[in-house]
Amino acid sequence: MLEGLLIGLTTAMSLQNLLMVIAGCLIGTFIGMLPGLGPMSIIAIMIPVAISMGDPSAALILLAGVYYGAIFGGSTSSILLNAPGVAGTVASSFDGYPMARQGQAGKALTIAAIASFAGGTIGALLLMIFAPALSSVALLFHSAEYFALMVVGLSAIAAFAGTGQVAKAMIMAILGLIMATVGEGALFNLPRFTMGIMDLQSGFGFITLAMAMFALPEALFLVLKPKDLQGDDGEIKDLRITGSEAKAIAPVIGRQSLQGFFIGVLPGAGATIASFLGYAVERNIAPKHEQDEFGKGSIKGLAAPETANNAACTGSFVPLLTLGIPGSGTTAILLGALIALNVTPGPRLMIDEPQIFWAVIMSMFIGNLVLLILNLPLIPYIARILAVPRNYLIPFILFFTLMGAYIGQNNATELLLLVGFGICATALKFEDYPLAPLLIGFILGGMMEDNFARSMQLYDGVAFIWERPMTLALLVIAAILVLLPSYRARRAKARAEGVAEGD
Amino acid sequence: MSNLKLGRRSLIAAVAAFGLVGPVAADGDQVLDSIHFLIPGGAGGGWDGTARGTGEALTESGLVGTASYENMSGGGGGKAIGYLIENADSNHGTLMVNSTPIVIRSLTGVFPHNFRDLTLVSGTIGDYAAIVVGKDSPINSMADLIAAFEADPRATAIGGGSVPGGMDHLVAAMVMEAAGKDALAVKYIPYDAGGKAMAALLSGEIAALSTGFSEAVDLADAGEVKIIGVTSDARVDAAPDAMTMKEQGIDTTFVNWRGFFAAPGLPDDKLAVYQEAIAKMYDTPEWEAVRARNGWVNIHNSGDDFLNFLETQEKAIGDLMKKLGFL
Repeated sequence: MLEGLLIGLTTAMSLQNLLMVIAGCLIGTFIGMLPGLGPMSIIAIMIPVAISMGDPSAALILLAGVYYGAIFGGSTSSILLNAPGVAGTVASSFDGYPMARQGQAGKALTIAAIASFAGGTIGALLLMIFAPALSSVALLFHSAEYFALMVVGLSAIAAFAGTGQVAKAMIMAILGLIMATVGEGALFNLPRFTMGIMDLQSGFGFITLAMAMFALPEALFLVLKPKDLQGDDGEIKDLRITGSEAKAIAPVIGRQSLQGFFIGVLPGAGATIASFLGYAVERNIAPKHEQDEFGKGSIKGLAAPETANNAACTGSFVPLLTLGIPGSGTTAILLGALIALNVTPGPRLMIDEPQIFWAVIMSMFIGNLVLLILNLPLIPYIARILAVPRNYLIPFILFFTLMGAYIGQNNATELLLLVGFGICATALKFEDYPLAPLLIGFILGGMMEDNFARSMQLYDGVAFIWERPMTLALLVIAAILVLLPSYRARRAKARAEGVAEGD
Repeated sequence: MSNLKLGRRSLIAAVAAFGLVGPVAADGDQVLDSIHFLIPGGAGGGWDGTARGTGEALTESGLVGTASYENMSGGGGGKAIGYLIENADSNHGTLMVNSTPIVIRSLTGVFPHNFRDLTLVSGTIGDYAAIVVGKDSPINSMADLIAAFEADPRATAIGGGSVPGGMDHLVAAMVMEAAGKDALAVKYIPYDAGGKAMAALLSGEIAALSTGFSEAVDLADAGEVKIIGVTSDARVDAAPDAMTMKEQGIDTTFVNWRGFFAAPGLPDDKLAVYQEAIAKMYDTPEWEAVRARNGWVNIHNSGDDFLNFLETQEKAIGDLMKKLGFL
């Protein structure tokens, strides 16, 4: 391995490749910051450039840099504008945006930058040491386990079911699950719930829905309730993380780097699931008083998904490089680029072309470092976006929101859907319905249904739930995650009463 | 994606690949000033790659002056077909890319139109289908797979990257049917992407995978799968060891074609010019570069040949779908 490291280091450290990492990270970060533009579209744009370079190591290093940069930049728009451009950063807006609204935008961005760096670096370390062994982990999960994993992910909804909100959160989650069923079904080659409208045949687009649920209502809310305008003047109160805060998020980052990485390794899961699971797990194991903070600007609630999604992005390179299996849309595009460059990823890549394999791993370290160095000094300036007077900022958000929904599909119907859903979402927001559970339900619903349907077919029924121990274990974990907080609350209450009686 | 960006994108590729030799390449043999490609899906998909690759070869070889591209997704491709038919008169400069699903989806009625409503230009490339198994699987041939299926049909699931009733399913059913087995009893498990289907095969969730031949070759080269049957007439050079279905006594062939269509009512002289440009393209080194990069197989059917090909495929697929109860 040492030999490989040296090969990788010499390849990655060449002037050309260093420039590639830096260029990739810069391009990725800045485009990724625009709401509605995710890594997939950025990489698709960059591919012809990368292929024309001819050198597979340099091309992959450039594209990988763009990938990390885009994920990194994506969290910026989630935190500052509540406009996640990638499914993987939706969870970052749950607590990142409330923090920004409380004048802690700088701190939120700093936490995001550090959590991303840690997640990415620890992930790269794990990838370096365990990649060959991990290829078998990638194949551990069957459809039944993926279904159970989605159920665990759904337990993140509990975070939005505060006092008296349980019913509202449930309704929104179910609405999200229902919306995920629109389009061609998993089991039949027929359109469902499309009302004969051709544009609905492939279902609702994620970006459209994310913009309609988060960014648009936020902008409309600010217009409709202008009193809030005085609420925050964009002043950046604190940028630095205090010692006690660092202590609080350190274990979260440690846990989520590992958990996120392993979820990323699974080809059917990826960064989105990793971020929701990270959020759900950290919320449900947190002490009661911290739990109530989740969804209202908890630093743990921001650090968890940010660490997890970056670690998962790194993890998704395991099946790509060792098995040639892309786990996500983005890695599928990367695979296409590799094949076009006459590199066939798979078990033989490490033996036949070690310089590519190791150079990519080394570029991950360099890329993460570049991103951290690049972003930390820029944070005060980036955070000042919020200081832009609202009457200029709102049109800007609206423009990018609309553009983001249109650009992926080039389909004007997306705009009508965006505005329609955006208005509905604003109405729901006025009535204090949490919108995040809807989006979680929508994102997880499709995957949950597909995997459930496949398992049903493979086992001719629901027997997979008890016949596969791992499925059962995951479902039990989901149940515990949901029940643990209320059990704790009840015990605390009982104890308090007991004490009172003793008096 | 705006047209500006696309222009820049192809410009960058062109400049990088050939230096700044644009005007030199465009010598006397230009057939056509410009083509506008209509792509029924989003950027990055198979249709997108086909249209952009063809446009790249046509413009760089100087056969066509300029190419522009428009992505119009919606309805799994149905929206673009409807658009081309409704706006036929203003779209004489447009070529739409499409492939086997136009036949399948017209049959199921997902599309209100079918290929006869359009002007057929040319089928340009194709990909055979293949059945593959994991490298450690005890199955080594179609005979082994069929034996496993006979022993326990419910436990011998075949996966694919398309919805039930979609292309991968039909190929699997077609093969089993031709082998004299009950195609309805085949347990087909759909995955939403080729990569996930592949992971399922390697993890042992499914016994075999129905997939595109070029994808199968890449995976076989990586040493992960064995190709146990190809739906071509004869063995393909890219994988000389892979047996065809016919060799194994299963009399069936299948090609997933990709090709180009124009608006209905296109004047014959214009149609002839498009067909000439495409026919000449096959001899250019620029096309060879694009083709090799993407692993495509040249399968050129122009005009009436294209119609015959599509009608034969429509009948074969239609019969099978009726039998399977999809129609």
